[in-house]
Amino acid sequence: MFTEQELAHVEELKSRYPEKQAAIMGVLHIMQDKYGYIDEERATYVAELLELPPEHVLGVISFYEMYHDHPTGKYKLQVCTNVSCMLRNSDMVIATIKERLGIAMGEQTEDGLFSLHEAECLGSCGTAPMMSVNKDYHENLTPESINAAIDSIYAMEKSNNGNS
Amino acid sequence: MIDYTPVVLPNIENLHEIDVYEKHGGYSHIRKALGMQPEDVIEVVKKSGLRGRGGAAFPTGLKWSFMPKDNEKPKYLAINGDESEPGSFKDRQIFEFNPHLMIEGILIAGYAMGITSAYIYIRGEYEKWVQMVEKALKDAYDKGYVGDKMKTAFSSDYTLNIYVHRGAGAYICGEESSLMNSLEGKRGYPRVKPPFPAQYGLWGCPTTINNVETIANVPLIIDKGAEWYAAIGAEKHPGPILYGISGHVNKPGVYELPSGMLLTELIYDYAGGLPGDKKIKMVIPGGSSMPPLRGEELEGIRMDAESLKAAGSAIGTAGIMVMDEDTDIVRILTRIAHFYWIESCGQCTPCREGTGWMLKVLHRIMDGQGRMSDLDLLENVASNIEGNTICALGDAAAWPVKFTVQRFRKELEEYIQQTSEVAA
Repeated sequence: MFTEQELAHVEELKSRYPEKQAAIMGVLHIMQDKYGYIDEERATYVAELLELPPEHVLGVISFYEMYHDHPTGKYKLQVCTNVSCMLRNSDMVIATIKERLGIAMGEQTEDGLFSLHEAECLGSCGTAPMMSVNKDYHENLTPESINAAIDSIYAMEKSNNGNS
Repeated sequence: MIDYTPVVLPNIENLHEIDVYEKHGGYSHIRKALGMQPEDVIEVVKKSGLRGRGGAAFPTGLKWSFMPKDNEKPKYLAINGDESEPGSFKDRQIFEFNPHLMIEGILIAGYAMGITSAYIYIRGEYEKWVQMVEKALKDAYDKGYVGDKMKTAFSSDYTLNIYVHRGAGAYICGEESSLMNSLEGKRGYPRVKPPFPAQYGLWGCPTTINNVETIANVPLIIDKGAEWYAAIGAEKHPGPILYGISGHVNKPGVYELPSGMLLTELIYDYAGGLPGDKKIKMVIPGGSSMPPLRGEELEGIRMDAESLKAAGSAIGTAGIMVMDEDTDIVRILTRIAHFYWIESCGQCTPCREGTGWMLKVLHRIMDGQGRMSDLDLLENVASNIEGNTICALGDAAAWPVKFTVQRFRKELEEYIQQTSEVAA
C-alpha cells in the first residue's frame, strides 16, 4: 500500500517520538493525501505499521476533521463561514460556487472533480473571505477570483488529460 | 498613532531565511542564555512580566518554574501552534515571517527547563506553514543550532531536538492537555487536572506547553533584558502583542503594538475604522470565546488582561472581531454556537449536550419560532456548562452565549418580538 519512500517517511516520523503510536497522525496524513480517504482496509494497514489495534486507528480517524473515511471531490473547496468571514460576505463565496458548479454545501459535482464543504475558522480572518482548495488557501475572494481559481483547475485537468 | 517599532515581526525583508536572521543577531541570544545558569534565565523571564499569548495570559516564567529540577525522566516542551480560535491568525505570521525567532525561543526555554525534546504542534490546515517551519528547522539543524551539533556550534553540553507535529483539524487540540493526547497519537480528549503537565504531561513526563507567540518573545527578553521588556505597554501585562483585527474594518490584519492599546485606537487609527463610517454594534476582543462588548461602551478599554477583565471580558488571543451597527447578532451568535457544538469533544455531558441545546434554541429564534423565555433558557444552559467541564472550552462555549444574551438583551428581545410567530 505504501512505497519504499513512503515507508521511509513513516520510519522518520516514528523516530520523532519515544513511542511509535505518536506517529499515527503523520502516517494518516500520508494515507489521506495519497488516496483522498482512509477506508477500513487502509486503517488496518496503518494499524499494522504502528502495531496498534485497528479500532484505535479508526477512533483517531473519526476524531479529526481532516481524515475522511469516504471519498470527496478531487478538489475539496472548503469555505470558511465562521464569524470573521461571514462579516466579509462568505455568503457570496458559497453563492458564486453554487452558481458556477451547481452544487450546494456538502455536495459533489457529477464528474467527481469538486466537492463543497463548510469550514470552521482557518486562520484567514485578516484576509477574509477565504476558501481552501485542498491544501491551498485562496484569500480576499471576489466572484472573479473564485471563478478564476475554478477556471485554472479545469485548465490544469484538461492539459493533464491531454498528456495522458 | 504611537511611536513603536515592531520586534516580533520586524520590517526586515526575508527574515525567515536563516542567513538574514543571523545577520540581525539571530542565534546569538541562545548563546547568551547558555552562558547563564538555567534558573537565572527563568528569573529574567519572570522579571520581564511575560504572560502567555495563547488565551489565559498566565505568567510564563512562573509556569517554567513549576518544572521539577531533579528528575530522572525526560522533560518535554510543546509549542501550541494549533491556532483555531475563530478570529485568531497571529501565530501564522510568526511561522511565515519569523520562524527562527520561535525556534531560538524554544532553545532558550529548553535550556532553562532542562528539556530533552520539543514539539511544535501546528494545526493540520496550515500545511503551507508546516512546510515553512520544517524548512527553517532543517536550516537550523544544518547550522548546528539545533540537535547534537549544538555541542560544537555553541561549545555547550546542552542539546535539544525539536520536531514538528501536524494536527488534523480539531479545535479542542488547542487546549493543552488535549494537545498532549493528540501528540501521543490519541483522540484529542482533554485530561483531568491535577495532575498538571509539569508533573505528568507527555508520556507521563514533566511537560510545559507554551504558545507560539509567547515563545517568540523569549529571545527578545534575553537580548534586551527584563527591564526593557517590562517597560513596554501595560505594567501588569507588558510586551508587544500581535493584535489580529478582523470583520467590519477597512484594514483588517495583524498589528504588532505594545500591550494595553486602546481598543478604539486599534480599530479606528490602525485598522482604518469601519466601512461607510458606520457605528460599532459589537466587538469580541480576544477570539470568539471571549465575552462580547457593546460598541457604545468601548471608550477607555485597553487591550491588556486587567483592563479587559475590568470591562467584563478577557484578552484571549487578542483577535479583535468588529461588527457594525447593521450586524445580525442572532446570526452571529448562532454561528458561534454552531462552532462550539461542532468542536465539543463530547467527553463532558454539560458541554456535549449543552452546546447542542443552545444551538437548537438559537436556530428556533432565527427561524421565527423564538419565545421570550428562550433568552433565560439560553443563559441558564450556558451557566450550567460554565465551570462544570474538564477543560476550559466548556467556558469558551458558554461565555459568548451568556454574555451576548446579558449585554444585548434589548436587541434580542426586539428581534424575537419582530420575527417570532410565537413570541409571547
